Amino acid sequence: MPAIVLAIVRRLLLSIALIAAAAPAFAASFEESVAKFANDDFSDTDDAVSEIAVSGNPLAFQIISALQDERLMFDAETKKVYVKQADGKIIDAATGAVVDKLPDTAAAVSLNNRLRRTVDAALGGLTLLSPDLSTRLSAAKSVFKSHDEATLPTVESALAKETNRGVKQALTEARAAILLFKSDASEVDKLEAVATIRARSDQEALALLTEISSGDQPPSVAKAAAGAIASIQSSLAIWSGVQNAWYGLSLGSVLLLAAIGLAITFGVMGVINMAHGEMVMLGAYTTFVVQEIIRTRYPALFDYSLLIAAPLAFLVAGAIGVVIERTIIRFLYGRPLETLLATWGLSLILQQAVRSAFGPTNREVGNPSWMSGAFELGQITITYNRLWILCFTMAVFAILLAMLRYTALGLEMRAVTQNRRMAASMGIATSRVDALTFGLGSGIAGIAGVALSQIDNVSPNLGQSYIIDSFMVVVFGGVGNLWGTLVGAFTLGIANKFLEPVAGAVLGKIAILVLIILFIQKRPRGLFALKGRAVEA
Amino acid sequence: MLTRLTQELTAPFSRRRWLAAAAGLALGAAGFGPAMAADDTIKIGVLHSLSGTMAISETTLKDTILFLIDEQNKKGGVLGKKLEAVVVDPASNWPLFAEKARELITKNKVAVVFGCWTSVSRKSVLPVFKELNSILFYPVQYEGEESERNVFYTGAAPNQQAIPAVDYLMKDEKVKRWVLAGTDYVYPRTTNKILEAYLKSKGVAQEDIMINYTPFGHSDWQTIVADIKKFGSAGKKTAVVSTINGDANVPFYKELGNQGVKAKDIPVVAFSVGEEELAGIDTKPLVGHLAAWNYFESIKTPANEKFIKEWQAYTKNPKRVTNDPMEAHVIGFNMWVKAVEKVKSTDPDKVIDALPGTEAPNLTGGVSKMLPNHHITKPVFIGEIKGDGQFSVVYKTKDLVPGDAWSKELEGSKDLIGDWVGKKCGNFNVKTNKCLGSGT
Repeated sequence: MPAIVLAIVRRLLLSIALIAAAAPAFAASFEESVAKFANDDFSDTDDAVSEIAVSGNPLAFQIISALQDERLMFDAETKKVYVKQADGKIIDAATGAVVDKLPDTAAAVSLNNRLRRTVDAALGGLTLLSPDLSTRLSAAKSVFKSHDEATLPTVESALAKETNRGVKQALTEARAAILLFKSDASEVDKLEAVATIRARSDQEALALLTEISSGDQPPSVAKAAAGAIASIQSSLAIWSGVQNAWYGLSLGSVLLLAAIGLAITFGVMGVINMAHGEMVMLGAYTTFVVQEIIRTRYPALFDYSLLIAAPLAFLVAGAIGVVIERTIIRFLYGRPLETLLATWGLSLILQQAVRSAFGPTNREVGNPSWMSGAFELGQITITYNRLWILCFTMAVFAILLAMLRYTALGLEMRAVTQNRRMAASMGIATSRVDALTFGLGSGIAGIAGVALSQIDNVSPNLGQSYIIDSFMVVVFGGVGNLWGTLVGAFTLGIANKFLEPVAGAVLGKIAILVLIILFIQKRPRGLFALKGRAVEA
Repeated sequence: MLTRLTQELTAPFSRRRWLAAAAGLALGAAGFGPAMAADDTIKIGVLHSLSGTMAISETTLKDTILFLIDEQNKKGGVLGKKLEAVVVDPASNWPLFAEKARELITKNKVAVVFGCWTSVSRKSVLPVFKELNSILFYPVQYEGEESERNVFYTGAAPNQQAIPAVDYLMKDEKVKRWVLAGTDYVYPRTTNKILEAYLKSKGVAQEDIMINYTPFGHSDWQTIVADIKKFGSAGKKTAVVSTINGDANVPFYKELGNQGVKAKDIPVVAFSVGEEELAGIDTKPLVGHLAAWNYFESIKTPANEKFIKEWQAYTKNPKRVTNDPMEAHVIGFNMWVKAVEKVKSTDPDKVIDALPGTEAPNLTGGVSKMLPNHHITKPVFIGEIKGDGQFSVVYKTKDLVPGDAWSKELEGSKDLIGDWVGKKCGNFNVKTNKCLGSGT
């Protein structure tokens, strides 16, 4: 690592010398600048970063990147500053000499948001010529953001040398951003810069153009900027429609995931199961326990924690479901009011039990690396966790459907729910099927908990927030029909997300509820009503 | 704050609440039944939910009071008598708060009550405390616009949290555009009304303020975070002022992190996110987002370090975090002890009169004072979230800020003051020189 750094720095020296020459003559010596870090004062640190960035000293890059990662240590007593290198070696920041160990009183130099921006800008300028492609790209992007005039010569020399198309594009944009803010740039340059930025047509471009058009610009530039702003805005408006549709799909998948277990217990079996949300919660807590074990014993497996947790959550919630069915619900078939009250009480008992076992506060369930972050598709941001949840939901749905359609258990379940007495006379052990069906519904709810732990709180109250929505989806889609649940969930999700920007989250939710009530008045059995004799059963 | 008012939404389901209450009582209060009536103890009521949605926040405060009583008893108690806690569980059920308060005062004959978290629970017990003339210490930041003779507010009023935070962003971060995002209930709505008036008085245009409310427990933040990004791309520095209620914060921050909203671009300053709330999130993507409080666990003062050490020893949990409302209880408890020792009696009237002017050290190195409006002076800190779930203080007010019971920013309340010493009135209009009704 240090060898590479030195190589970069050597290549940088020339261009930095250019900037350094332009820097004011009163610039403090390198040692004095470094010593400022020891004050651990935000404005002193700010000064130090700016001075070191233009000092041309080979240690500059190391010091500033250490500051960014909070590896820059200072000792308040001796006023010495140290760099803790990534490999654990300690060097004296002022001289570069290797030090045996940090003094006990050393602490990291603290940062705030303003400083982080300064540091980013400084590092952007220092790493524009890095041999590493992605470093160059992020350097160009941070120069675009900071559009600091002082980096212009470096950007131009980097641009001349650059061979990679993507980086070249980023550098051109960075140069354009600098020129737009440079008061003495020529009109031609500025017009060209506006065109370059316009081509990006994203929110950052819009922000930049809006910012410069409010400043003092030649009329032709101001006009070009206004045109660019209008064109970007209209293209973004179309994208926002696409984005709402994606958000709707994503919300729909969450609704479907939460409701799919209920579609079995309530939809197929007709049990008004108020403890459904608690099955989801148990699934989420299973994920938490699995992750805790993985964290302490096998940290390398962390990325697979959800894959391990999913079957376990199914088993835990499913087993509890079977127990509930055997001990409570089977005595209450055909008595909906009592079932409702009993499962309600059960949900409170489960909540309080989890609260006693795991404590009332939220538990941290981490996102595996493949579920963190986002990527850009055109002008919309798609977050990985939402995308994976959508895929996961569809997979669960497909498996469940296949199970009901093609397995013996599925056949028996359908037979029992359609005509219990006839099924019994055909030799199906109906009470066993009841228990297994309830277990299946609960187990699926447990699996939902694994996915929901990625986007929501893992607390004893987790299930409560999903129970109403789940019932809404099942009733809206049509009781007893899995496809109805699917269509219902996505319809509600998309309708909600198109209403939300217009009406706000609170009114949007109310509007959806009113619409569902009206719809149920018109079609009491939901979107896809079951037909035939099964209805009367 | 945290889930304040959640229950209002489910109020029609009162049957469920009864079940919750019953279950909670059976589980929670079993160990704390009315103790043997001994005349040589002073009883202290603890009115915090130990079950239901508020248990997540309030359980800690119950433990705090038990800890403080334990410490005081080690020092010999008060007036030569031992202190004895009477813990009840109002189970996050607002009407039950009033019943439990009545039980504490009439049946258990407590000298003082420490309790409540949500504003609605405070409002629900208020008539009981007035009628039975007892004392309530309320430890949570709230929306202000209240000053009652029987209540002492040790949490922050808006001018001790929201206004300094906005000032900091305006001066240090040069923020020009504001998103006021909150959960849809009284605390965010009142705070945002105050902030909107304040921002406008500082010359911020209407189109540079975006106000957004979300329902309780909102978990799908995609649209709102995208809206914030869009609002922030108008070429002016943008910040989010969040009064989002505790539980909805985790998905909100997760979405911010995933959509790549960085604190250095669009900082979020929160009034309801403390050490406890962050315990449920991986804070690495959130480094740099802000919170405004009157206390942070990470503040290094001898008093704070001693408190944390003793607290962790008492709870036998070396990882137990401390937070702002806990400090408020510490200050309130010490003020009550001082006032009682001063008048040598626990008689509510005497103690209420003795409390204004009483001083007690806070944990961050200053001395807080009870004001005639029953609010206290507090320092204000702005902290940035660190990777380990703690905060590093980036700004602190030079002096302690006195709490305003009535906001100076709002048309309806700017002429009002609370003064229980001279005027004996909670809502005295200084323009018309009249008490508007909440007097003695």
